[in-house]
Amino acid sequence: MNFTLRIWRQKGPASPGDLVTYPMKDVSPDMSLLEMLDGLNERLIAEGQEPIAFESDCREGICGVCGLTINGIPHGRRRSTTTCQLHMRMFEDGEEITIEPFRAGCFPVVKDLVVDRRAFDRIIASGGFISASTGSAPEANSLPVSKKMSDRAMDAAQCIGCGACVASCPNGSAMLFVGAKISHLGLLPQGQPERYDRARKMVAQMDREGFGACTNTGECEAVCPKDISLEFIARMFRDYLRSVFVERPESGAGGGP
Amino acid sequence: MTWLRSLWQSTIGKKVVMAVTGLILFGFVIGHLLGNMQVLLPDGARRINHYSRFLHENAGLLWGARATLLIALILHLITSLQLTLRNRKARPEPYRVKRWREASYASRTMMLSGPIIFFYIVYHLAHLTTGQAHPDFNPDDVYRNLVIGFGVWWASGAYIVAQILIAMHISHGAWSMFQSVGLNHPLYTPPLKMLARVLAIGIAAGYISIPVAVMTGLVT
Amino acid sequence: MMELKANIPSGPIEKKWDKARFEMKLVPPAGRRRYSIIVVGTGLAGASAAASLGELGYTIKAFCFQDSPRRAHSIAAQGGINAAKNYSNDGDSIWRLFVDTIKGGDFRAREANVYRLAQISVGIIDQCVAQGVPFAREYGGLLANRSFGGTQVARTFYARGQTGQQLLLGAYQAMLRQVGLGRVTLFPRTEMLDLIVINGQARGIVTRSLATGKIEVHTADAVVLATGGYANAFYLSTNAKGCNVTAIWRAYKRGAALANPCFTQIHPTCIPASGEHQSKLTLMSESLRNDGRIWVPLKKGDTRSPDRIPESERDYYLERIYPAFGNLVPRDIASRAAKAVCDEGRGVGSRGLGVYLDFSDAIRRLGEGTIRDKYGNLFDMYDRITGENPYKIPMRIYPAPHYAMGGTWVDYNLMSTVPGLFVLGEANFSDHGANRLGASALMQGLADGYFVIPYSIANYFGQAKLDQVDEDHAECRRVATEAQDRVRRILAARGKRSPDSIHRELGKLMWDKAGMSRNESGLKEALAKIPLLREEFWKNVCVPGAGEDFNQTLEHAGRLADFLEFAELLCLDALERRESCGGHFREEYRTADGEALRNDEEFCHAAVWEHAGPDRKPIRHVEPLTFENVHLVKRSYK
Repeated sequence: MNFTLRIWRQKGPASPGDLVTYPMKDVSPDMSLLEMLDGLNERLIAEGQEPIAFESDCREGICGVCGLTINGIPHGRRRSTTTCQLHMRMFEDGEEITIEPFRAGCFPVVKDLVVDRRAFDRIIASGGFISASTGSAPEANSLPVSKKMSDRAMDAAQCIGCGACVASCPNGSAMLFVGAKISHLGLLPQGQPERYDRARKMVAQMDREGFGACTNTGECEAVCPKDISLEFIARMFRDYLRSVFVERPESGAGGGP
Repeated sequence: MTWLRSLWQSTIGKKVVMAVTGLILFGFVIGHLLGNMQVLLPDGARRINHYSRFLHENAGLLWGARATLLIALILHLITSLQLTLRNRKARPEPYRVKRWREASYASRTMMLSGPIIFFYIVYHLAHLTTGQAHPDFNPDDVYRNLVIGFGVWWASGAYIVAQILIAMHISHGAWSMFQSVGLNHPLYTPPLKMLARVLAIGIAAGYISIPVAVMTGLVT
Repeated sequence: MMELKANIPSGPIEKKWDKARFEMKLVPPAGRRRYSIIVVGTGLAGASAAASLGELGYTIKAFCFQDSPRRAHSIAAQGGINAAKNYSNDGDSIWRLFVDTIKGGDFRAREANVYRLAQISVGIIDQCVAQGVPFAREYGGLLANRSFGGTQVARTFYARGQTGQQLLLGAYQAMLRQVGLGRVTLFPRTEMLDLIVINGQARGIVTRSLATGKIEVHTADAVVLATGGYANAFYLSTNAKGCNVTAIWRAYKRGAALANPCFTQIHPTCIPASGEHQSKLTLMSESLRNDGRIWVPLKKGDTRSPDRIPESERDYYLERIYPAFGNLVPRDIASRAAKAVCDEGRGVGSRGLGVYLDFSDAIRRLGEGTIRDKYGNLFDMYDRITGENPYKIPMRIYPAPHYAMGGTWVDYNLMSTVPGLFVLGEANFSDHGANRLGASALMQGLADGYFVIPYSIANYFGQAKLDQVDEDHAECRRVATEAQDRVRRILAARGKRSPDSIHRELGKLMWDKAGMSRNESGLKEALAKIPLLREEFWKNVCVPGAGEDFNQTLEHAGRLADFLEFAELLCLDALERRESCGGHFREEYRTADGEALRNDEEFCHAAVWEHAGPDRKPIRHVEPLTFENVHLVKRSYK
């Protein structure tokens, strides 16, 4: 197969970028898109040029690092698929393929197709956990969790933190990512003690980072490689509203030793 | 009141404001439609003028409703502007190639349909409520104002275009407001989305029927 | 001369860990903040260690080369995690998990460590559930279990086919809680280039920021390496592209001996390579062998499509040769059997390198819905990669390098031969002997991080005399300069070959000569060729771009440089171990029916390699292994 690639090249965070055209010949349909880029990079190195910076690690759709916007859709046209699992047999022979980074204000470009997604880590650090210090856990089966609840929690917990939701959103909103984590932990009995505080803290951090607000276009859900549902955004809204309207502020009295 | 401030400052709080004010405006759109549809009933002239007199005689109700609507509209407007500015900043660099997989045209253009609808409302008030933009306004004869007003082709045209935009706005907004207060359920949300579209079309059809009726001479 | 002190507590095996914990020194809560610890790697072992040590109150710096600690390759583990909970009521116990693991490791692991692992396994599940890991549940709300290769009980806990992901996110979130509390400082996109040893103690690391290229020194009172395995020495493996040997190799060159580098696991169920462009191999969870049946055509070169081959002309070779365990034999045995049938010319697929993993019987018996429930995401993944629907056509699988049992030698307290340098998880050598059982890697990573290092590092601090050391120490500057020079040398080569092409060449050599089966002449050939390839690398590598920039080619080249040295040690170890055991199969040492033949008289030990200086042959030490609790027998799964 032959393709014309148009790839975003940008030297660094502060430099301007542009699309550069590279023809690709004799591509095997069994290749993944990233393997095709590997091949292109080999060619560029042989010509003494700087190869295209793009990220990938596990190449089996779970680490969440590979994020490219392919022909205007984060992770490309195949549903429920990360960039690394997109194979060239999904494209038409002779097609022009435009590859851009995941674009969002909170995901500044590091180089070419590589972006900085540390904002996600900061959101998790603000409250995306259950405070259960090592050693303090009760017997695992002492707390039954209905299979349905556990499965739903897993649906939310599957998020790989790739950021396609933000990249696809016309508003650069991270609500699917944040909603998924709030729902994962909030659906489980273990997550109840911190449930509403967690929602409040994570939303506050999300806002501080500068992510946009959801306008319910549903684009995030449609590009999510793990099919995370918009329902979890609604759940986050409920938990957050409850944290504001119903929960009492923490009492100042310290109980510590 | 720190909780209120933190709610107002959060993106979620603002979405709730959008949803609640949207609901109020949506309610008005339906009520207004039901009131105006009386024109099409037999003896429409009497009915509509009677309805108008009834409203004016209950000034408390009228001004209460007008104040609520005004506040809702202003909040809807301010909040949407704030959110839009925020959202623009969150997506500063556009894609050179962009394709949408799910996002409907209506959902992506709320910030286009919204302001146009706002300006239309201003014109609409001047046209049929206060009369400055009306060729021959009589505060006591709503029916006549309507027939004369819609007798002007471009006024009717603007009205029809505005209704189409309102329909688009509602087709997204009427289900979106549920999502924005945290109501989403796999059993109810899909039919709700459908209902929002049906309602939007129904509302637009209802409103558009009035100038059409005037221009085709069904209402004179 | 290096002295290997395993520090295994005396007494009966059930009491050893309790005894050790009681005898260990403690650091009181108020004193912990003053101790700083560097943790390199944020996979299961590293993240759980950083979280637990942070919770205790130590000051932690956590490093990972990925853009976020959540992306460490533990995330890709699919099948599950073992624990001796005996929830299935099928006769499991700590003792049985211990025996299975020792036996699965073909009697090349330390009894005391393995017993401790089995003991701790129970608490790991409790800990993970408390963190909100959504393990699979029964309808009654209690935890579900499934069986896995190499065992006859169902003791594996799982979260769909993404157990590693969920466990890692649990540990990652626990670590990020400590980040929020200010006890852990994160350094993502930061790669360790060298270890700093001062007065014989590990006191810091030299790092390179992958975003800016800046080389920096970080000092601490102890260094914990949890940097994973070295299967990428084979280029094509199931490991992530970034997995590398650099941290433990650099530590080796600074005095931390490496044990059993030849023990590498070849996983039997991976998707076969589709061509020369292949950049990595994708694992299909071993749990698939619970319901899938493995077969090849009886006849050589049978190119009919699988549905055209009648039952009577199929060879379900695992069920035939190993009736007791059938398709659930341990990984090393399943892999070798697959290679054997392919070598006979009975392999399937366009390149003849594959066997069928067939679910049609299970689908007929349980219905497609049940199979979809259990393995849906794995089937989807297979479909995405191969374009074939495994509900209709049998999967094709082939073995691929997957896990490194060998690694840095550590004592019972997980401390290497460099005091103050602790090595956890896959990076150490301790628990899996010559072959790891499925669902045991997650168990070991978390055991080390949650429940071992918190005790043993306090014990070290309680005993060690630690001088004040800062970034300007002469040794720090010297090591940093060396690291800087290495980067410059790589950039200065300006040759003709990309790091990738040299890595592929190394990988092919390793796979052919030191892969699933090995022999003396092949290993000698590899040992002769690797130095030439290394020379080729330093002369002819081409790395465009600058050192002080985001430069992925440079990252790769730096890691490859270490693989090119490490590969030689792997081959040397394989050559010296003149027996077959677990994942190490020497063609010269096999039984009449072709099975691995262990030599317990001469090789019942861990081979521990000490770096003897540049251009000198490393010194092979041995740590004898004694089996007082599990009878040293020939492993049989027949």
